Amino acid sequence: MIPLKHVIIAEKLVKYYGNFMAVKGISFRVKEGEIYGFLGPNGAGKTTTVRMLCGLAKINGGRAFIYGYDVTREIKKVKKIIGVVPDISNLYMELSCFDNLMFCAEMYGVPRSERKEKVLELLEFFGLENKKNVKFKALSKGLRRRLTIAAALVHNPKLLFLDEPTIGLDVKSKRQIWKLIRELNKRGITIFLTTHNIYEAFKLCDRIAIINEGVIVAEGTPTELRTMVSGSKIIELQVHPPIREPQVFSRIPGIVKVSTRQGAIRIMVNDVITALEGIIKLLKESNREIVMLNLMGADAEEVFMKLIDRTKESKKYSAG
Amino acid sequence: MFEDIIKAFYIAKKDIKEYYLKPPTISWGIVFPVVFTLAFLLKGGPKSSHLIPGLIALALFFGTTSMAAASIVFERKIGSFERILLFPISYLGIALGKVLSSFIFGMVSLATLIIVVIPFILNVHIFSPLLVTVLVLSALMFSAFGVFIAFLIRDPTNTMLILNSFRLPMIFLCGIFIPVSSLPKFLQVVALLLPLTYSVEAIRFAIEGTFDIIPPIVSILLMIIIIISLLVLSSLEIKNMIP
Repeated sequence: MIPLKHVIIAEKLVKYYGNFMAVKGISFRVKEGEIYGFLGPNGAGKTTTVRMLCGLAKINGGRAFIYGYDVTREIKKVKKIIGVVPDISNLYMELSCFDNLMFCAEMYGVPRSERKEKVLELLEFFGLENKKNVKFKALSKGLRRRLTIAAALVHNPKLLFLDEPTIGLDVKSKRQIWKLIRELNKRGITIFLTTHNIYEAFKLCDRIAIINEGVIVAEGTPTELRTMVSGSKIIELQVHPPIREPQVFSRIPGIVKVSTRQGAIRIMVNDVITALEGIIKLLKESNREIVMLNLMGADAEEVFMKLIDRTKESKKYSAG
Repeated sequence: MFEDIIKAFYIAKKDIKEYYLKPPTISWGIVFPVVFTLAFLLKGGPKSSHLIPGLIALALFFGTTSMAAASIVFERKIGSFERILLFPISYLGIALGKVLSSFIFGMVSLATLIIVVIPFILNVHIFSPLLVTVLVLSALMFSAFGVFIAFLIRDPTNTMLILNSFRLPMIFLCGIFIPVSSLPKFLQVVALLLPLTYSVEAIRFAIEGTFDIIPPIVSILLMIIIIISLLVLSSLEIKNMIP
């Protein structure tokens, strides 16, 4: 045991699959009571990291501690205090909701006298009390997801791993799961969440680590991540007559990136005044009028893309 | 360890609820051995009662291994086996749980067979403590064998093909129809490497009081050693499944 400060301490974690290095020496710490997000594109190393932390993949380098227990040496103790919701809803198809949760309670060693009560409490909390005797295979995707989360909570874990909790769900089910995650966190459960959904990470998490190609490229609160991006302002613009080639703006000083979204031109800037002067000059020269102009902070997607691009650029320079 | 044994029973209970009515389990684990046995007994009548020890072993063998294959391979295919790996239980405990569920199914398969063959065995003094011991050991050994093979199979779509490539030759090599002593020497060596041989020999001794080439005490001891070895090998195979 090491003195407890953080519920998860990961130091220089490395994972190889054959010759492929999926996780490249990442380090992070998760504080008790927070929702910590691991945000990254598919194949970034998010699920691999979760699998290493919960004993489903061997750690090839570095160390990890959960509540002070060494994940490599004391995995059985770790498994007793964590709940894990994998990226697939993998409960038992022929078993009813009640039987699925009872089985998990038995396997986690919940005392016999408390099992039934705990299972019924969870079914109620997750709004599944009227599905108690329905087989898992007969549930909708959203309900399966809810039951899978419930199954990870039967032993009152202190720490819950949620791997892509809303993947493949419709908007309504997603919102229900988000609400449940917040409620669980309010009840004192620390949550480690992986997602490729930028909106989900920025909406739910207290702190986020952005991971790409096995490396953590940035870490901080959603607000901190927004300020990390130098061109953190967006000018949204509509003009008449419309501009066919919006990239013409990219030559203007102070402009970082130009894109279009829903008929509007979105310009990421790092110097608002210089950029606006240039934009107005260009519009006057081409006899165009401004129909709509908005100045706003960079949204989560922009922050994410910028941080990911930044790592690609630094890689390019280091390779060159 | 005691905690793991209890959890192994929970795994077995869950498997019984989940897999006992799956079509491959029923068809290969109950229907096939019963039909196979009936075919021989109907053709030979009371004269074929000498086949009963072998046919009982065969029913147990197919019952247990079919259940092991269904539960393990199916769970690995849909990802629910990983759920078991997330529980605080040793790999040996997991292997034991899977062996127990196959063992119980093997007993169901055996009971079905006995009901069917009762008209043919009325004159056979069948239920002795030795026979019960030998049947329990045989069922445990076949379950452990099926569990080990099921963990070895990497591609679930090939399950029955691979399992039958082990099972079907054993029907002819392990003394069910042809005594091992009348096989060519090299096939006798092969027969001694196959667990079904020891079960057939021990069951034959328990029912008929005679054996072919292996004394019953040797068969019983070897069956115990095989059960323990296969359990340990299965637990190592589970450990190796973690990348």
